[in-house]
Amino acid sequence: MSATPLLELRGIDKSFGPVQVLRNVALSAYPGEVTALVGDNGAGKSTLVKCISGIHPTDAGEFVFDGRPVSINNPREAAGLGIEVVYQDLALCDNLDIVQNMFLGREKRSGIVLDEPTMEQMAAETLAGLSVRTVKSLRQHVSSLSGGQRQTVAIAKAVLWNSRLVILDEPTAALGVAQTAQVLELVRRLADNGLAVVLISHNMNDVFAVSDRIAALYLGQMVAQVRTTDITHAQVVELITAGRSGGLGLAADTGANGNGAPADSTTGGVS
Amino acid sequence: MSTTAVTQEGPAAVAPPSSIGSHIRDYWRRVRGGDIGALPAVAGLLALCTIFSIMRPSFLTAGNFANLLTQGAAVTLIAMGLVFVLLLGEIDLSAGFASGVCAAVLANVVTVLGYPWYVAVLAAVLTGLVIGTALGFLVAKVGIPSFVVTLAGFLAFQGVVLLLMEEGRNISVRDPVLVAIANNNMSPVLGWALAAFAVAGFAAVQLLRYRKRAARGLINDPLAVVLGRIVMLALVLGIAVYVLNLERSRNVLITSLKGVPIVVPIIAVLLVVWTFVLKRTSYGRHIYAVGGNKEAARRAGINVDRIRISVFMICSTMAAIGGIVAASRANSVDPNTGGSNVLLYAVGAAVIGGTSLFGGKGRVLDAVLGGAVVAVIANGMGLMGYSSGVKYVVTGVVLLLAASVDALSRRRAAATGNR
Ligand SMILES: Nc1ncnc2c1ncn2[C@@H]1O[C@H](COP(=O)(O)OP(=O)(O)OP(=O)(O)O)[C@@H](O)[C@H]1O
Ligand SMILES: [Mg+2]
Repeated sequence: MSATPLLELRGIDKSFGPVQVLRNVALSAYPGEVTALVGDNGAGKSTLVKCISGIHPTDAGEFVFDGRPVSINNPREAAGLGIEVVYQDLALCDNLDIVQNMFLGREKRSGIVLDEPTMEQMAAETLAGLSVRTVKSLRQHVSSLSGGQRQTVAIAKAVLWNSRLVILDEPTAALGVAQTAQVLELVRRLADNGLAVVLISHNMNDVFAVSDRIAALYLGQMVAQVRTTDITHAQVVELITAGRSGGLGLAADTGANGNGAPADSTTGGVS
Repeated sequence: MSTTAVTQEGPAAVAPPSSIGSHIRDYWRRVRGGDIGALPAVAGLLALCTIFSIMRPSFLTAGNFANLLTQGAAVTLIAMGLVFVLLLGEIDLSAGFASGVCAAVLANVVTVLGYPWYVAVLAAVLTGLVIGTALGFLVAKVGIPSFVVTLAGFLAFQGVVLLLMEEGRNISVRDPVLVAIANNNMSPVLGWALAAFAVAGFAAVQLLRYRKRAARGLINDPLAVVLGRIVMLALVLGIAVYVLNLERSRNVLITSLKGVPIVVPIIAVLLVVWTFVLKRTSYGRHIYAVGGNKEAARRAGINVDRIRISVFMICSTMAAIGGIVAASRANSVDPNTGGSNVLLYAVGAAVIGGTSLFGGKGRVLDAVLGGAVVAVIANGMGLMGYSSGVKYVVTGVVLLLAASVDALSRRRAAATGNR
């Protein structure tokens, strides 16, 4: 297993005015692995993602990417590092076709003219690389796609750019059983291709089906980050709802957060 | 988990060579799915022309055809600019009087101040640009709904025209170049030459694209369809130029009147330029994106405010060009230039042509097709001796009809999952 994380966050603080949303958060994402980020509604998952993708500036903390300390001040810098985010609401334009959506804002051009053949070819190759074969034509409008296909396009858009870290914010929330399976398989394949993947999900079955590690946020604190094989369903649910579970999570009295290390045994706190 | 079957159909990358049959079936499926495009405008145009030709044989004469083109020119030009604003789901109610203001500036500069025509044209176009920038700024940066901003503009510009006309006087435009724009014709040879050039250019672009895509093994329209398009354009242009090159003077001994009106190539060039901008540049792509999903465009790194401001600039600038043509045609500018029905005709033209009022869907060609429909209605009903009252009512009904088609095709598209 890969020893060094591709992205490592340490001590991230983030407040919106008087409300502190993230407290001393640590998170690691490893290449070739799916890290599931779980937590209750309002725990701060989306906020953490937006800090990583450069939408929100952080108040404190450091980013280490590929072993080097970096600062990410806007979405373009995140993209420059190879960080791509699939937002929960997908952010696709219904009136554009698949290729147009995948290249939106980063169109290939020759001179001032759009280079459609190149874009179409790259899109086709990317989708083929993801083993996506359910889309009939790359030139069909996104509006005519099913939910799963749209999700596929959004993911393909994220992996088109030599991305190294792909973050997916609840990619299966609106999908049916078959399409969820499809998307999860796609997520797995990304990791198997060597990318680091962070998957946000509320669905424990999905989390356990696809993830290598689980990171649990509780009220803005990272209470545990453990290997999926070292933890049970029930424990994760406890971490999400109460912030601790057995030897994992917050200490009973201090409220200091456990962080980082796999099998978080340093923070005690049996109730 | 990893054995879930995702593979069913053929690979997305390699395109099967599509036949004409499947091309037509595809088109028909799109139409039934609510993506009707220019179909209603073209059908309506044919129907209207047939009806008017039967009822009034004078409708189907070379003279009336030339008339129609110059009558509809100003509205068509304004509508071409409006398409950009409509693509974002916004509206510019001030475009009519903006064209009036620009025409008034033109007349003042050329007639009152006595500058050469090109200075006047430049002043008018710059006025349009400034108006559009102001409107766009108020909409995008201050955040006032475009409906309100441009309604205010509608009122204010009406006043500005009055002020520039010194309370109701009208200013004549006598400069020969300016008058020529909407009143003179090209020589028949030049007409043929330009038509041939247009067809050759279109053919070159289409065939080059076909070859390039075929070479890379990408999905292509069947060659027959590509050739059909070229032949169609050649036919339409050929017939139009032939008819316009017929002698239409009542008394050839006094004056000879033949050739393609000069406004026609002006509109054609603007049509090509704006179509290129919309379909072949990333700026145009971004306009569609903002019209389709503003938030997605923002997250894709598109400067949404800049796009919003720019479309108002384009709209008002095109209105200025429309105003120049209107001033040329009337040989003068009066307080009503760009007023009364001009704006509604222009919005109507865009919508009748197939541009959606909901944003995200439309082409510059729509403005030309819809402008033709509007001009044919006004012209044909005039020939049949109806009062302007009836003309207004009919045009209003047609606009409503077009908007209904737009709304219904949207619902149809939603129902069939096409949007
Ligand atoms: N822009 C903002 N301004 C102020 N408060 C915010 C902002 N964005 C998020 N918050 C607050 O931060 C907290 C965490 O929100 P966040 O969206 O990160 O939660 P989440 O874990 O993604 O929840 P969910 O599972 O519901 O998506 C919430 O209490 C929310 O109200
Ligand atoms: Mg969230």
